[in-house]
Amino acid sequence: MNCFDYPLDPAYLLQKKRSLKRQLLEKQGLIEKKVAIMSGSTIGEIKNILELFLLENGIKPTFHEGAYALFYENLVFDDGSLKAFAPDVIYIHTSVRNIKLWPDAADEPSRVEEKLNAEYTRFEQAIRAALSFGCPVIANNFDLPVYRVMGNREGVDCHGRVRFVRQLNEKLAALAEATPNLYLNDLAYLQAVHGMDAFSSQTAWYAYKYAVSIDCIPYLCQSVANIIKSLLGKNKKALALDLDNTLWGGIIGDDGPEGIVMGNETPAGMAYAEFQSYLKELSKLGILLNVCSKNEEKIALTGFERADTVLKRDDFLCFKANWEPKSRNIAAMAQEINILPESFVFVDDNPAEREIVRQELPGVTVPELGAPEEYIAAIDRSGYFEVTTLSADDKKRASMYKQNLERAQLEQSFGDYNDYLKSLEMHCEIGAFDAPHAERITQLINKTNQFNLTTRRYTAAEVEGIMADPAYITLYGRLVDKFGDNGLVTAMIGHIQGNVLDMDLWIMSCRTFKRRLEHAMFDELVRRAAAAGVEKIVGHYYPTAKNLLVRDFYATIGFEQTAQDDQGNLTFEFTGFAGYEPQCGVMEIEIV
Amino acid sequence: MDKQSIFDAVQQIFRDNFDDEELVITRETCADDIEDWDSLEQINLLTAMEKKFGLKFKLDDVRGLENVGDLLDLIERLTA
Repeated sequence: MNCFDYPLDPAYLLQKKRSLKRQLLEKQGLIEKKVAIMSGSTIGEIKNILELFLLENGIKPTFHEGAYALFYENLVFDDGSLKAFAPDVIYIHTSVRNIKLWPDAADEPSRVEEKLNAEYTRFEQAIRAALSFGCPVIANNFDLPVYRVMGNREGVDCHGRVRFVRQLNEKLAALAEATPNLYLNDLAYLQAVHGMDAFSSQTAWYAYKYAVSIDCIPYLCQSVANIIKSLLGKNKKALALDLDNTLWGGIIGDDGPEGIVMGNETPAGMAYAEFQSYLKELSKLGILLNVCSKNEEKIALTGFERADTVLKRDDFLCFKANWEPKSRNIAAMAQEINILPESFVFVDDNPAEREIVRQELPGVTVPELGAPEEYIAAIDRSGYFEVTTLSADDKKRASMYKQNLERAQLEQSFGDYNDYLKSLEMHCEIGAFDAPHAERITQLINKTNQFNLTTRRYTAAEVEGIMADPAYITLYGRLVDKFGDNGLVTAMIGHIQGNVLDMDLWIMSCRTFKRRLEHAMFDELVRRAAAAGVEKIVGHYYPTAKNLLVRDFYATIGFEQTAQDDQGNLTFEFTGFAGYEPQCGVMEIEIV
Repeated sequence: MDKQSIFDAVQQIFRDNFDDEELVITRETCADDIEDWDSLEQINLLTAMEKKFGLKFKLDDVRGLENVGDLLDLIERLTA
């Protein structure tokens, strides 16, 4: 099993960090990121272990370490070193140990309020200073204090430190909710999960100035790494779920639909019911649920017709109940949905099935499962689906993929592919980047891996900067068809120098591959480039582990390849402005 | 636990922590002898020893530990 999955063994990770790092550095396709850690307490080991969790997620960090306990000074009065480092992410590791102005028992309530605002403002200033570097900022909220002079009243009385911390946390949550690029690492929740005595050891604080016990540093780093990998589009997207003894108790083929254990009548039934509810909640966030079970399909379906089942057939996208090897079923589902196998988490109570999938499809994540009452934790605690931003498109994602499967069925009934495309009654809206679409565009830029010519990532601030810069041509595309709205699914960025348009970025979501949408986008790009006096468009292909699909794309739309270097980077040029014939021709275009 | 078993276990902790299966320590080995043995690693060594020997060091225990000999003496005293 993977030592970075639930349940973590902190002692093992701490002790083996050097050999683990050595192994992880051998992984292919690591992306390099610069991470600044600002200190509210000792960060030495936090840096080392965070590095492991980032490497495990395919991210190779270089670090800038702030001076001990000087997070505020280093951020607000940067001596130039942070700016020179040019961080891709800033993590501010503060804790309850950094609160200076506590309420005093003799304070008037108005004085306590002043102190609360003064403390909050100090942390807000540090956060805003970090945000001014234009990269995502991750800040801890506060763990609870380890003692309570008033006992339970500490959480009620305005002079109580517990109440004070909770109010600070509420203010930080409001700030994070309202502030793009700011993400809270929930230290208070981590402390609750692991228990205050284990998480906030006085010895670790007095002896080494660690705000978090050494043993809990791996949990802290896992949490921070989850936020970072989520921001970089490395979340999992789909679950492949076994049925018997995974979604319900018993074997439906032997016990029949009435014999399987689910519903709230028995302890085990409650465990399965809550697990199903948990999965249903995930699906509402756009996580794709799929069945992957060794069963007769007809019999398996009867399990979801019971009155007390939480999940219904309609909650699943693919339903593979057959006798094929599960690895083959997962590979087939990945192809049908058009996502990568490594976007899957495979959930199965049977260790043998888990082992086969691990061997056959090493990219698929396969958590260990114990007893049914532990299933939720096995998925939840690992943060496979960590949410950093939630767009309206995310919530609609499952239905959009479902429409895609319906399109695929329609496609099979047409002899000519163009006839099929026309039958989709597609309508495409194309426009320059604008404020209402900026969040979704940024999200798409950072998530798209396959149709992505340059795999350049942009922060929200960078996208805003480009929107305001007349030297750039930007386009986004939104595609609607008779099955539904695909949402904003493609974007391009190019900058003009003299009479040359150089393409920085061209991306498209995999859900709209092979719809000639890329041609519609290029038609409009040519039109706008010509109007701006451009005579040549230069396109680039930078290879990654995932974008082989578009290696020759530019050549198919009228570009000539002009260069190739030893890294496999390709350069293409387009000069065919005179007499350019639009290439799309299968959809209605609306320019906004 | 006898002295030799404690020594063997401590040696294995050093080998694991410094990712060096050949590492040989003596009572006189100190931070100057092992490149990666800094104050940060000292904490990790102590944490690993707490786990291994089922101990919880007090603040007083971890002061003035200069070399492997000091660590061995401490563990011998607490496990006696």
